[in-house]
Amino acid sequence: MSPPRAIGVLALQGGWAAHKAALADLGHAAVEVRTPAQLARVDGLILPGGESTTHLKLIDRYGLAAPLEAFVAAGKPVLATCAGLILAARAVTPDQRSFGWLDVAVARNAWGRQVHSFEGFADPTPPGGPFASELPLPLLFIRAPRIESVGPDVEVLATLDGEPIMVRRGAVIGAAFHPELTPDRRVHHLAFGDPPAG
Amino acid sequence: MQKSTFQAKVGLAEMLKGGVIMDVIDADQARIAQEAGACAVMALERVPATIRKEGGVARASDPKMIQEIQQAVTIPVMAKVRIGHFIEARILEALEVDFIDESEVLTPADDEFHIEKHDFAVPFVCGCTDLGEALRRIGEGAAMMRTKGEAGTGNIVEGVRHLRSVNGHIRKLTRMRPEELMTEAKNLGAPYDLVKWVAENGRLPVPQFAAGGVATPADAALCMALGAEAVFVGSGVFLSEDPEQRARAIVDAVTHWEDPKKLAEISTGLGKPMSGLEIKDLSEHERLATRGW
Repeated sequence: MSPPRAIGVLALQGGWAAHKAALADLGHAAVEVRTPAQLARVDGLILPGGESTTHLKLIDRYGLAAPLEAFVAAGKPVLATCAGLILAARAVTPDQRSFGWLDVAVARNAWGRQVHSFEGFADPTPPGGPFASELPLPLLFIRAPRIESVGPDVEVLATLDGEPIMVRRGAVIGAAFHPELTPDRRVHHLAFGDPPAG
Repeated sequence: MQKSTFQAKVGLAEMLKGGVIMDVIDADQARIAQEAGACAVMALERVPATIRKEGGVARASDPKMIQEIQQAVTIPVMAKVRIGHFIEARILEALEVDFIDESEVLTPADDEFHIEKHDFAVPFVCGCTDLGEALRRIGEGAAMMRTKGEAGTGNIVEGVRHLRSVNGHIRKLTRMRPEELMTEAKNLGAPYDLVKWVAENGRLPVPQFAAGGVATPADAALCMALGAEAVFVGSGVFLSEDPEQRARAIVDAVTHWEDPKKLAEISTGLGKPMSGLEIKDLSEHERLATRGW
C-alpha cells in the first residue's frame, strides 16, 4: 500500500510553520523537509519565505540541491514564496545563485527595507487569470523581491499596479508575497488542489 | 496599500523563525555571520560579555557602524536601543534598520516606562522573563519577544528559566475558566485582552525567540526543544575560539534540533566555547535580566 500523499515544506529556516498551517486549512497532510530522505517522501513542495541567502547555504550544506532539481524535473507541484521565488528564479540581483525553474529576473529586497513592508490587494487582472473575477487577493509583502522581467513561457497569475507578483511555469508557482500569512487559501489551492480523498 | 502594519512587522519575525540572529560588532563579523547561515545580525558596538567586563553606560551604536553592516550583508540588520529611549529608536528607524531591540543589555534610559512601539514603522523585539512582562511589551507594540536569559554569561540557566516560565504560564492559562482570566490578568500585570487571546490560542500572539547565555549548539537546540522559535546568540560566537565554525554549528543545531545524531556531529571539534559565568557570582546590579518594568 502506498503511503498517503503529503506536501512537504522546506523547513531549513523561515516561514515554514505558517505554510504548514495553510496546508492544514485545506486538509492537506503537510510535513517538514530538512533532508533528501524527507524530500523523497513528498509529492509537492513549498519553498517558504525567510532569508534566501541562508536557505541557499543550508540547501548546499545538507545535500538538497540535486534532489530539489530532480523533484522539479519530475513535474511535481512547487509553490515558492518570497525567498523561495528568489531561489526559483532564473536571474537574481544583487547576483546570487538560483535554480532557474521560473524564467524570471528578480531583484531582492527591491521594495525597500522592513520599514517599507506593506499590505494591499492584487489587481483584479489579468483577465482570464485565476483571480480575475473573484474577491481581490490579499497581499502581504515583507522585504520582498520584485519580478523585473518575465520570460515568454511564464504565465503571470497576479499583478500589483500592473507589475507581476505571481507567476507560473509548468507545475512551479512563484509569489513575491506571503499567501501563508493572510487567511485567503486560494494560492495554496491553486498550487496543490484538493487533498486526496479518504 | 498600507505600510508597516502590525501584520507586516510580525511577518518579518515569522520569516526569522528557525534561524539564528548573531551579535556582530563590525562588517567583517557580519559577513562571517551571513556566511555561516545566520538569518539576521544584531549590530552593536560591544557584545554583552564585553559590556559586563568594561562597565560604564552602554548606549545605542554609532550610525556609521550600523550603516557599514547594512552595506556588508543582505540579511536583515537589527540594532539595540536603551529601554525607554525613543529618540535612539527614531534614529535607528531613520537608518532603516529592520528590527529594533529595546534591550536590557544596554543601560536603561527610563526606569519606569518602555517605548510606545506602535508609533513606529520599524518592528521591535523586547526581552521578557515571564508571561506578564511579555504581554506588557506586546501591548506596547512589540512584534517579537525573546527571553532575556542572562546576557554575556555563556550560561543558559536563566534563558531556560525564562522559557519555562513563559511557556508554563501559557499552558496554565489554557486550562483556566473564562471568569478566572481577569484576576489572572491583574496578577500578571498584563492587558486582559492579550491574556484572553493567549488562553484561547495557547501561544503568544507574536513569535517567541530565545536569547541570553547561548554558547554551544546544544544550548541552541535546548532552547528550540523548550519551545523557542529561533535563537539569538550574543557573545557566544565571536568570543569563542573558532567563531566561523561555531556560528555554523549553532545554525545547523537550530535547524536539526530534533535529530540527536546530527547534533553529535555538529557539536564535534568546535574548539573552546566562550568562558562562562556562574549566575550566583553576579551581584544584583550585574544582573541584566532585572531591567525592564
